[in-house]
Amino acid sequence: MSTETAGAPPRARVTDRSRSEERLAWRLVAPAVVVMLAVTAYPILRALYLSLFQYRATAPDDREFLGIDNYVTVLTDPLWWRDVWNTVLIMVVTVGVELVIGFAFAYVMWKIIFARGLIRTSILIPYGIITVVSAFAWQFAFSLNNGFVNGWLPFMDSDFNWFGQHWSAMTAIMVSEIWKTTPFMALLLLAGLSQVSGDMVEAAQVDGASWWQRLYKVILPNMRAAIMVAVLFRALDAFRIFDNIYVMTRGAQNTESVSFLTYRQVIEQFELGLGSALSVLLFLSVLLIAFVLVKLFRVDLAAARRES
Amino acid sequence: MIALSAAALASLSLLAACGDDSGPPELVWYINPDPNPPDGFPGAFGQAGIAERCSNDRYTVRTELLPQSATEQRIQLLRRLVAEDSSISLMSLDPVFIAEFAAADLLEPLPEDLASELSPATLQGALAGATWEDRLVAAPLWANTQVLWYRKSLAQRAGLDMTQPVTWDQIIEAAAANGATVGVQANKYEGYVVWINALIEGAGGSIVTDTEAGPDASVDIGAQAGTEAAQVIRKLASSSAAQPDLSVSNEGTVLGPLASDAGGFMVNWTFAYNNYAGGPVQDDLGWARYPRTVAGEQSAPPIGGINVGVSPYGEHTDLALDAVRCITSLENQVTYAIETANMPARQAAYDDAELREQFPADLLDLWQESIDTAGPRPPSPYWSTIVNATLSRWHPANEVDPTSTPADSASFIEDALKGRVLL
Repeated sequence: MSTETAGAPPRARVTDRSRSEERLAWRLVAPAVVVMLAVTAYPILRALYLSLFQYRATAPDDREFLGIDNYVTVLTDPLWWRDVWNTVLIMVVTVGVELVIGFAFAYVMWKIIFARGLIRTSILIPYGIITVVSAFAWQFAFSLNNGFVNGWLPFMDSDFNWFGQHWSAMTAIMVSEIWKTTPFMALLLLAGLSQVSGDMVEAAQVDGASWWQRLYKVILPNMRAAIMVAVLFRALDAFRIFDNIYVMTRGAQNTESVSFLTYRQVIEQFELGLGSALSVLLFLSVLLIAFVLVKLFRVDLAAARRES
Repeated sequence: MIALSAAALASLSLLAACGDDSGPPELVWYINPDPNPPDGFPGAFGQAGIAERCSNDRYTVRTELLPQSATEQRIQLLRRLVAEDSSISLMSLDPVFIAEFAAADLLEPLPEDLASELSPATLQGALAGATWEDRLVAAPLWANTQVLWYRKSLAQRAGLDMTQPVTWDQIIEAAAANGATVGVQANKYEGYVVWINALIEGAGGSIVTDTEAGPDASVDIGAQAGTEAAQVIRKLASSSAAQPDLSVSNEGTVLGPLASDAGGFMVNWTFAYNNYAGGPVQDDLGWARYPRTVAGEQSAPPIGGINVGVSPYGEHTDLALDAVRCITSLENQVTYAIETANMPARQAAYDDAELREQFPADLLDLWQESIDTAGPRPPSPYWSTIVNATLSRWHPANEVDPTSTPADSASFIEDALKGRVLL
């Protein structure tokens, strides 16, 4: 990350060689930087610019400068706050559940002795399935006409329409999301588990620590960075949830997320101005979540990635 | 360096070779998906068949498939046309989107001679859906309408005289009393607004009027007709005649329950006939005019279909306008109707012997009458805004309250049209 915090090397050590190495480094990364500017920085700046206008793609001549009015419209609209609440709820519940199940899976993958490859592969299969496909699969599973969920759950009425009410529809969406991405969580946690030194765990065992004590006092603290990376990645992904909602409910029953709201303004309504304001707000929300999580876990990202 | 520029030159000359490829120019026609052809159907089916028959030595017509839902079709075509995509020559368009496309100058108006040929030959209902500001901007290929489908045995058990016009109240009560259901389209999509619009038009009102004023259109959904419509929806949603998947129902989900032992009623488009023809319930299948919202007032059946429009950005606009003539010809409309049960837009096609052999005569007459006396969805450039605003207040059906929903949705649609709220 920043060289200053890591302690800048003394100026005297800057030699011709290191200077030319630095020049070479810049030349080597230059193409990547140019591409990044073209495909990331430009669209972001363009969205910022467009968000200041009343601009409908089907009536480009009626474009009008509004200043921050689009942001005021969004932030004072109850629909925006309702969708933010839905999105946060989906994020917290899915990431929470995934963390627990994902850890169990990671632990199994870590400890397993027989058929290791087979078991690791089977746990990872859902993650290899395209989200849209998994959303359709779960939609069919929960569907009243051709689904099996009602039949398998003994306490469910066979006529129960999962997509007919808010909470059941949200449940279906979250189940699909959890099923699909838990393996990803497990994979990241497995990376953390394999960094925990076996000596430490053994030492704790010799000292008489129980299984729970070893888990809480030795294993988990030592994989804090991995948990942080896993939670961060998944939280940011979950906050941008779109595919499952698009396929399963199309936002009906108040299951709309912030991404879906943005999609509807830009793609369906062709409201480029308002939609850009929404995507800027979505970007800022993601930034805020990343910042809060990094602060919360007090982890140095560079250290987590094993950079010196 | 030299090798590089040599390669560039070579590829340039290759490109040039592609450009002056011999053979007539190609017109790309973006079509909505047709139903699946029956097993063993020889040759090209539906619109692909029309494209094949309309290709000649001056141009070839090639079809390109659009997504299944009308909403998605609109999004794809609009996005491409706004970007002035020159690869689209012709497009199959749902009539409700004609206003939006025409108002944004994305449809080439039909030449005078073609317009004056089509006007007297086409059913009034279909013609209205292809007209914007008194100009014909697309040619109707086929016209769709909804009728009431029912099981004769059930109507008999319920003591309903189906030769007389029936009301929604009557069929809901008849179905509920006999353990049957009434199938409607009430998912959060365009189809639900088709139902709401038909109910409101049937009560003598409209969702919006004065739509040429764009965002300043007059929103009338809050008036008495809106309340009447909400009462019908409320009655069905709170009755045992509602299907359990009411809030996600569409044209496909309602087909099964009608054929089940319990039977019932269903409002659906003309294609539904092919779904039952030759099947076990064919003899018990009845049809009648769309149900009335209020007793004593004629119903206003929904109208749909497909119009063929020409893009102003295509490379061969003149050839495309010529192809429209062939695509929407009488012969092609008849063949298309026989293949797909999507009914012709031209009046004369209904007298075709082959068509009359394929479909019962009284059904053909009913369809024709429905199309001509339909209550179309208001043609507005802001239709998709109106649809989304309506859906956000009227969906799900079991939460519709006749005392508050219509008025509440009226002020919301107004705000949405003026851009004061998020949709």
